[in-house]
Amino acid sequence: MQTAVQITRNGKPALPNSPVSFEEKLGGAELRSAAIDTLQVNVGKLCNQACKHCHVDASPKRTEIMRRETVEACLNVLGKYNIPTLDITGGAPELIPDFRYFVTEARKTGAKIIVRHNLTVMFEAGQTDLPEFFAENELEVVCSLPYFLQQQTDAQRGSGVFDKSIEALKRLNAVGYGIDKKLVLNLVYNPTGAFLPPAQTAIEADFRRELKTRFDISFNNLYTITNMPIARFLDWLRRSRNEESYMTRLVNAFNPSTVSGLMCRNLISVDWLGNLYDCDFNQMLELPVAIENSQTIFGFDLEKLAKRQIVTANHCFGCTAGAGSSCGGTVA
Amino acid sequence: MHYYNEEDLARFSDIGKHKPELFEKFMVWYQACQEDGALSKREKALIGLAVSVVVQCPYCIDAYTNSSLENGSNMEQMTEAIHLAAAIRGGASLIHGIQSHNAHDKVSM
Repeated sequence: MQTAVQITRNGKPALPNSPVSFEEKLGGAELRSAAIDTLQVNVGKLCNQACKHCHVDASPKRTEIMRRETVEACLNVLGKYNIPTLDITGGAPELIPDFRYFVTEARKTGAKIIVRHNLTVMFEAGQTDLPEFFAENELEVVCSLPYFLQQQTDAQRGSGVFDKSIEALKRLNAVGYGIDKKLVLNLVYNPTGAFLPPAQTAIEADFRRELKTRFDISFNNLYTITNMPIARFLDWLRRSRNEESYMTRLVNAFNPSTVSGLMCRNLISVDWLGNLYDCDFNQMLELPVAIENSQTIFGFDLEKLAKRQIVTANHCFGCTAGAGSSCGGTVA
Repeated sequence: MHYYNEEDLARFSDIGKHKPELFEKFMVWYQACQEDGALSKREKALIGLAVSVVVQCPYCIDAYTNSSLENGSNMEQMTEAIHLAAAIRGGASLIHGIQSHNAHDKVSM
């Protein structure tokens, strides 16, 4: 069920309350971009699911989706600057009309293409051939599966999602994903509540054993991603009275060695309108990149953006706790 | 006012106020016991949870429930650990019944 976003910051989405500020914890250290090797494009908030932890507040009711002219602008930037990786996310990115156009055109630039896929979307009308489409275009598929058991998965992602997800993984395996070396299938673990993820290598071994034994499913890697205390998850934290203890947990687990590997240092995030952000979380908080005259994909200036100072706030504790967290799993 | 306050868990170090050297020694020992060794952190967290339930420490139960989750355990595994601890406790009570039987036999014809 979709829940309302807490609006408390001058009409913008709320930030979590923290016992210490992120800036204070950084101790005056400047966080700057190192280089841009990934263009992460959030093509919209429309999704066939409405997960309880979703930082996008995505759902079937959302109408924000990227238009063709913005897709073209992303393709131009990708080709012009030879950015090595295109990371397509949403919502369920497959649901926008130009998804397949975006992928097939982006492939011509030679970029590696990642799609963040929720598994169940392949059972929607017109989407049943997604495994074949992914395979033909050699997309790296990153799938959400918070646990290898039904109870935890359905509690986070909705009733019936686990069974569909298992069926979808079998279909991906059937076309070679997780088996053929060219077809990479990675899974994402998110905690099903207000706690930190386990050690990535340990839980990956559990997933590999349990998914193989129970369902004969294979995959390449498992990424653990910390739940970000913003949007729908922050709303849940507040309603369940877990905000204070969760933020204290994140602050106490602050790990300085994660800072140099934070994903915001190597990517630029684009929203459905073409606006630029340091990461998908800042995008949802409406915290744009701190670069004058280059805040959209239409005025993309690689030189300026590659040296920019990253915009931080207290939600950043979500990426620096424990072994750290990024769209590619742990960072330390 | 409760005898147990959730906030007191965060004040644990206050117990070192009047004898810091003993508390420091305890903490070094305590932390070392949590680390990966011949047993994994997850196995240790489950043992910690089982012991916490048996010694009926609400602070420890909170801490080791979270620790078990953060080490990848699920409720089925945690509940099995709790049952094992409770069963051992039950068995420990029952075995004392032999004391009763012995006492009975001693005074009976």
